[in-house]
Amino acid sequence: MNNTLTLLGLLSKEPSYGYDLKHSYDRYFGTQKALAFGQVYSTLARMVRDELIRALGEETGGGPDRKKYEVTPSGKARVRQWLFTPDVPSEALQSELFAKTVVALLIDDDADRLLDVQRSEHMARMRELTRLKKDADLLQVLMCDHGLFHIEADLRWIDLTMARLTQLKKELQSA
Amino acid sequence: MSTIDPRSPILSARGVRHSFGQTEALRGIDLDVHAGEVLAVMGPSGSGKSTLLHCLAGVLVPTGGSVTYSPSAGKSPVEISSLGEPKRTRLRLTDFGFVFQFGQLLPELSAVDNVSIPMLLGGTKRSEAMRRSADMLDRLGLDGLGAKLPGELSGGQAQRVAVARALVTSPAVLFADEPTGSLDSLGSENVLTIMLELVREFGTTVVMITHDARTAAYADREVIVRDGVTGAGYRVST
Repeated sequence: MNNTLTLLGLLSKEPSYGYDLKHSYDRYFGTQKALAFGQVYSTLARMVRDELIRALGEETGGGPDRKKYEVTPSGKARVRQWLFTPDVPSEALQSELFAKTVVALLIDDDADRLLDVQRSEHMARMRELTRLKKDADLLQVLMCDHGLFHIEADLRWIDLTMARLTQLKKELQSA
Repeated sequence: MSTIDPRSPILSARGVRHSFGQTEALRGIDLDVHAGEVLAVMGPSGSGKSTLLHCLAGVLVPTGGSVTYSPSAGKSPVEISSLGEPKRTRLRLTDFGFVFQFGQLLPELSAVDNVSIPMLLGGTKRSEAMRRSADMLDRLGLDGLGAKLPGELSGGQAQRVAVARALVTSPAVLFADEPTGSLDSLGSENVLTIMLELVREFGTTVVMITHDARTAAYADREVIVRDGVTGAGYRVST
């Protein structure tokens, strides 16, 4: 999962302090492993440097956690580019796709579309693996089948999530 | 080798709507099926994909919109949705083939007799029909099984008989509704592989309904039907 873009996505919802952003991240994505404060602040500093976010001003006597940040137009564009760029199917993808879906719902963007885009990418990979099986020896066929079944599992998750988007959005917005 | 231009649509649906009583199954479908392609139609249960296939194949007359069939160069396009039942029946017999989830073979007839049915209905002489049926069964790896009754065949063999019956008339379009839905993974793969080898050799266009992504992966592309509309407009460039 790409923590930088996930944090940027969360920040797209509304301007936030680093402290609140870390807790927001942990609530949605940190059930297995919470994000360290140090990582949040170093990521925020990099995003300021890259002009993806900007500080809204500093409260007196404050450390880094006293700054409130907001996403710049360039940051917003980067989030949308991330949301709608499909990834190569892999074991690490599901957590990324999960993060994209949650962020899209939180910022009221088109979660249906990002899942459809990813679905299309998955199907393209499945067609490729299916073509590879033709004229392959049995060992290669087994390898392709392994990939096909894993992608199929992802697709079933995508389909089920699409069917649950309305409910998911309600739950996220009331959280 | 097919001479059909793969870029031209052989079937075009425009604004196709269909209702069963108060229930709107299709809500304005636009779809082109290109000559020689294998198209998978996917979607959740009840999304309207079978209704779409029936409208494309002239089994159902849509309550709105049109379906146009353009056979090949030299033949005029036909608006299927405006034909009466006798002409649609004739068209289905001469130009289309059908495979269903459960082969729907006649249980009291042998495999070769089942395959010969569409030719006999179309007026082919019995001797010629039997010869071509036996040849088609051979092509599907069923040589020596022509005299067997459907009940004496495995699920995969019976489904291959159903494919032979659908292809024996050299249809321009094969409509397959969950063609391997009743088979296990290996049986499904065997049937799909041999069916698609043959249709690609013959240049047959295929419209295949499936809810199974591994089956759809045998197709050239897929469309998704959700709530009576097609929803897979997002193509990813690679």
